[in-house]
Amino acid sequence: MLLAQADLRLNTTAIDYVLVAFYFVLVLGIGVVARRSVSSSLDFLLSGRSLPAWVTGLAFVSANLGALELVGMSANGAQYGIPVVHYYWIGAVPAMVFLGIVMMPFYYGSKARSVPEFLRMRFNTTTQRVNAVTFAVASVLIAGVNLFTLGLVLEALLGWSLYVAIPVAALVVLAYTVLGGLSAAIYNEVLQFFVILALLVPLTVAGLARVGGWDGLKEKITTAAAGNTDQLHSWPGTSLTEIANPTLSVIGIVFGLGFVLSFGYWTTNFAEVQRALSARNMSAARRTPIIAAFPKALIPLVVVVPGMVAGVLVPQIAALKAGGNSGGITYNNSLTLLMNEVLPNGLLGVALAGLLASFMAGMAANVSSLNTVFTYDLWQDWIRPGRSDRYYLQVGRLVTVVGCVLAIGAAFLAGSYSNITDYIQALFSFFNAPLFAIFILGLFWKRMTGTAGWTGLVAGTIAAVLIDVLVRVKVLTLSSQAGSFVGASAAFVVGIAVAVAVSMVTQPKPDSELVGLTWSLTPRESREHTTTGEDAGWFRSPVTLGVLVIILVIVLYFVI
Amino acid sequence: MSEKDAAGTEAVQSASSALFDLRTVIAILFLVYGAVLTVMGFVSDSPEELAKAGGIDINLWAGIVMIVIGAAFVAWALLRPLKPPVAEE
Repeated sequence: MLLAQADLRLNTTAIDYVLVAFYFVLVLGIGVVARRSVSSSLDFLLSGRSLPAWVTGLAFVSANLGALELVGMSANGAQYGIPVVHYYWIGAVPAMVFLGIVMMPFYYGSKARSVPEFLRMRFNTTTQRVNAVTFAVASVLIAGVNLFTLGLVLEALLGWSLYVAIPVAALVVLAYTVLGGLSAAIYNEVLQFFVILALLVPLTVAGLARVGGWDGLKEKITTAAAGNTDQLHSWPGTSLTEIANPTLSVIGIVFGLGFVLSFGYWTTNFAEVQRALSARNMSAARRTPIIAAFPKALIPLVVVVPGMVAGVLVPQIAALKAGGNSGGITYNNSLTLLMNEVLPNGLLGVALAGLLASFMAGMAANVSSLNTVFTYDLWQDWIRPGRSDRYYLQVGRLVTVVGCVLAIGAAFLAGSYSNITDYIQALFSFFNAPLFAIFILGLFWKRMTGTAGWTGLVAGTIAAVLIDVLVRVKVLTLSSQAGSFVGASAAFVVGIAVAVAVSMVTQPKPDSELVGLTWSLTPRESREHTTTGEDAGWFRSPVTLGVLVIILVIVLYFVI
Repeated sequence: MSEKDAAGTEAVQSASSALFDLRTVIAILFLVYGAVLTVMGFVSDSPEELAKAGGIDINLWAGIVMIVIGAAFVAWALLRPLKPPVAEE
């Protein structure tokens, strides 16, 4: 293990640290300046609904570009090769387009300030509370995973102890979110997006140059796998799903990943939806996830590809792939080992800043959405209603601090799970899949009742937990990856079944209370938005942009 | 259940429209990083450093691209300055 740590240490020099320090000055500066613009709880928690679409769109993609994404997906790239692109293409883009075109008119149009608040309007207070509590718990856990990943990175790269690295990292995020609220978080996310690209693009270019370009990479991977080219084709992806039958594997990817997991995550996860809700008008809100889908479709080219390069270029990872002794190195080290292998000093500093940025992006997204849900849905609507707005602004600031402290605790909890991606996937299937089920049913079936909302949610979550336990005690023999696909699908099906059954025996809300909340009772005009002035032009039409990005993904699937 | 006013806090004056222009911050980041990397690309020409990225002077190229991106953000911010907020409704 000592040997492995020595291998991991980056060859940084003073200039690298200067570049990292400069980035941190900008990050904290944004927090300080954004503070000036915070005068109400809505400013702090929802950026006063004032941001342009390109800002919210890039923040939308950046909120998902956390440390988990970079470290985990490049690790998957090294281990599985091209099939990993499914997480980006079928596993994200269709859901993002659906969110913008179909669901955003209801979210933004209802003026709900959070996903739980929307659930209160459509269903009832119990549904709101069930969702707000589970979301708060999930946010803290996921922020903890981000923190833990960063702690590992700092420990490995710079030699900091986990016990120093984790609190220090939490403190930086805390500093700018407590100062500037969501504006600071979102503005920093946009900045993070660019720094992360400044890490990934040169890394990919340099890495490919070392292995002789794309053809050289394919040739080396084929040679390493003794002629097996599974890693170079996206379908059927049997190695990724660990489902031996190719047909079942494709079904698993399309239904499990592409439908339940992906739609559950992108359309109901408040950490994402919040970015769109802070847009300045309906048109910008609808474009937010679709603008985000373009970078999302292209990012695997600079995440999965460097992972694949690491799999043949970095000796330890290549040894791991060949089943040999890697001396304590795991696939999760792929990204940082490749950085050290191909980047000279200077760019290494930029890359380190990008890595730290990616961690902060993920954690800030979780903390700032936790803030809003706790302050509005738990505190204002439930525990302490009817206070002044200034009071809720103070609550919002305090929750940021408490949330960060809890995340530090969760970080050490995450350390006890061996594979971080599995941990996150399991969480998503517990919370997001049943939520998507009742959401979509409530949107298209006005007969669905308030009681059906929360019972469906709870039943779906129980189903997912049950599958998870059955997989862990090995009653069901599935890989953890396939287990989370099955768990999410079960949560979705059970959620729908219970919601339908309960709706049959309970009283629905009168139609008058559901206008703007269900499809059939919402007049077509109010689902549309203005197309004049700053919202004019075909390139600002959500439907046109959505079709374009779907075409882009189809083309990418054919090219690769 | 009662219909609560979701927009109850919106009457409070929103000051977020007064936020600074993010495009300048992005421009500063890229211009500074670009300048440092370009200089480093010119100064350091040790063969080991070059061999790391397969013979490409990656610091120099990344530096030049970053300066171009930074300049593009400056141009955008100058050509389409932030408009003073228009009161809605």
